[in-house]
Amino acid sequence: MGLFEAILFSVMTAATPLVLAAIGELVVERSGVLNLGVEGMMIMGAVVAFAGAQLSGSAFVGVLCGLLAGAAFSLLFGFLTLTLVANQVATGLALTILGLGLSGMIGERFIGLPGVRLPVLNVPGLSDVPIVGRVLFGQDLLFYLSIALVVGVAWFLFRTRAGLKLRAIGDNHGSAHALGVPVIRTRYLAVLFGGACAGLAGAHLSLVYTPQWVENMSAGRGWIALALVVFASWRPWRLLAGAYLFGAVSIGQLHAQALGIGIPSQFMSMLPYLATILVLVLISMDRRLTLINRPASLAQPFVPER
Amino acid sequence: MQASATSEGDRLLALQELTKTFGSLRACDGVDLDIRPGEIHALLGENGAGKSTLVKMLFGVLAPDGGEIRWKGSPVAITSPFEARQLGIGMVFQHFSLFEALTVAENIALSLDETVSIARIADEARSLSQAYGLPLDPFAHVADLSVGERQRIEIVRTLLQKPELIILDEPTSVLTPQEADRLFETLETLRGEGKSILYISHRLDEVRRICDRATVLRHGKVVAACDPRAETVASLAGLMVGGEVATVTNSPNAGTDQALLEVAHLSLPSRSPFAVTLRDIDLTVRRGEVLAIAGVAGNGQSELFDALSGEVLAGTPDVIRIGGAAVGQKGITQRRLLGAGFVPEERHGHGAVSQMRLSDNMVLARHRSDAGTFLAGGILKVLKRGAIAKAAARVVDAMDVRKSGDDPHASALSGGNLQKFIVGRELDRKPVLLVVNQPTWGVDAGAASRIRQALVDLARSGSAVLVISQDLDEIFEVAHRIAVIHHGRLSAPEPAASMSRERIGLLMGGAAPDGASPGPGEAADAH
Repeated sequence: MGLFEAILFSVMTAATPLVLAAIGELVVERSGVLNLGVEGMMIMGAVVAFAGAQLSGSAFVGVLCGLLAGAAFSLLFGFLTLTLVANQVATGLALTILGLGLSGMIGERFIGLPGVRLPVLNVPGLSDVPIVGRVLFGQDLLFYLSIALVVGVAWFLFRTRAGLKLRAIGDNHGSAHALGVPVIRTRYLAVLFGGACAGLAGAHLSLVYTPQWVENMSAGRGWIALALVVFASWRPWRLLAGAYLFGAVSIGQLHAQALGIGIPSQFMSMLPYLATILVLVLISMDRRLTLINRPASLAQPFVPER
Repeated sequence: MQASATSEGDRLLALQELTKTFGSLRACDGVDLDIRPGEIHALLGENGAGKSTLVKMLFGVLAPDGGEIRWKGSPVAITSPFEARQLGIGMVFQHFSLFEALTVAENIALSLDETVSIARIADEARSLSQAYGLPLDPFAHVADLSVGERQRIEIVRTLLQKPELIILDEPTSVLTPQEADRLFETLETLRGEGKSILYISHRLDEVRRICDRATVLRHGKVVAACDPRAETVASLAGLMVGGEVATVTNSPNAGTDQALLEVAHLSLPSRSPFAVTLRDIDLTVRRGEVLAIAGVAGNGQSELFDALSGEVLAGTPDVIRIGGAAVGQKGITQRRLLGAGFVPEERHGHGAVSQMRLSDNMVLARHRSDAGTFLAGGILKVLKRGAIAKAAARVVDAMDVRKSGDDPHASALSGGNLQKFIVGRELDRKPVLLVVNQPTWGVDAGAASRIRQALVDLARSGSAVLVISQDLDEIFEVAHRIAVIHHGRLSAPEPAASMSRERIGLLMGGAAPDGASPGPGEAADAH
């Protein structure tokens, strides 16, 4: 593998957990719910996926465990904010803190153990194409899944009636309720989907990115995923582009550090986060973009009038 | 329809003893109502009389506490809007239940059968909208449409469900007279097809014009059922409020030469994709006169109001003058200190903070202009609760604001009563200039006539009053001079006495003011 190909490959790997977590959160936010607990769900997915793979010996079982862990954790969020109508921002933050703590406890006995890596699945014929072959077709299950999810979500949101209902709920939950669209049920499903996706993102971290368990290994990626949703102005394809851009920035800074460029390494490590802030500022300057796409009832509590 | 006397077969819908209580308030108290096939039935009543509650129960949004709903003779329980639509009841809401970020076709699709594709819905919507004279582009985003167009979506959406009973809540409040005429034609076509319509409106002349029967609610009870054509506007209004409605008495234009508000060549670019650009607006309001600005919603009224109140600053100081002082670059507070008062369109969140008490809302608006009365302790600016409560009580008294409790939250008042309070709060200062936007939007007849009278009286006492309104009845009641706003341009004001409804309607629709005689002292805008 040439250097360029290696860099491209690592960009894809760095971006995949962001794509997975962000596409889930995009659906959640499109339904009008703001779940700030992505980081917590992701780290729970990471630790449970690692444990599942260790105990069963199969990385695929690990992926399934990560998915279920993220979904279960998001169900807690859904129960608190949708059924008990707790504040979404506070609940999401609590979920993150709880997830970071709980994952540390669960993962204590797994620290330092060699991980089970998710095997590479080569697409016959295509994975041998020069330069892009391995990058696009010599990847693992989660990479293919992340792309499929973006395509699927884009199709679901803008081509199906169920997706239309979900967007309608996000735009105006009162009117949607008056039209007989099941607001709470749809939001529960969206939150569960978001949790499952965050769990998969976590599984990618502990089974592909660095196949071992390290405490706090999500390292703020859940927050970047949240920012990516805004960056993408709640549109799936822009989200994919944004995730690879951020992947490129984080990999680029590593290579720059390795080349010994005379900039403090701390500053280089800051780059992905600085880029997040910069992009958010730029995005919020285009008002029309936000007005048409931003779910108007985002983070607002819904209590049906009866 | 057969004339067979007591049979229930000739009733599409019959309500018996329908009751709904919220806490101690009986919003609907044993309401009886029946609707026959092929009739336009008016539901009248003041704000808070129980009309919306009743309609929400019919449409399955609220559950009744008692009584019975019979549909085509058999009792039904309507527990959701979906069931209401299944039965054949459609509803056009007053505050549109549209999704701004979605397209017209998507909005319509949400209330239809899932198996129909969006493309087919778009086709059907287009042909239906043409058949009923309600032109619509199915692929436009709702956020980009005017209020009149949004109402068309609601109507087309309802029609596509092929309902037998259509409930219309205040349908004409946002339309030009011509648009309203077109709506009436649509309604008459529907009646001809045997559909029934429950028509809720504050505009009594419309009710008399198109409705076959009327049911009047007051305090949640049916107080009268009548043939509106046999009544007069005054007698209908009397039934609604349970007494005579005072007619507004206006005196001829006592406008002197002293201009208290002067706007010269005011242009403002729109600040958001959905706002209107103001173009070269000229107007003068003199001491002692009421100038009214007519126009269909979304033609720059709110933008003009924001520019006049100082919520948005003009480019240069001297395009707006209040009492001679150039204020184009001054904020709301400085303009208020010059003696101006402002009443914005939205009551909740703009005119008043809903979650705060009336006295708090009093201070919020007047803590600078009445600092001497309301604040103590020098730079500490401690609130003088007693003085504030006294002022709030004075306003409540003067405007006959009906409320429960001593100092309730603004959200606890009905729309009309809160509006009376907000207008009264400004009048209490005896402003030299008052600018009001939609003073009686969604306000019942009694409160509306009170507010209009107060505006006229203020002008008579030597202030200048600028009223921005979509209600032509209101404009003719209060105005000495009338101008029309269309696409951010203002026509030259003309004396109210020489303005006809037809002429205003044409100007509202954007007809060039050719052959118009320029108002006194005003040059016609020739762009």
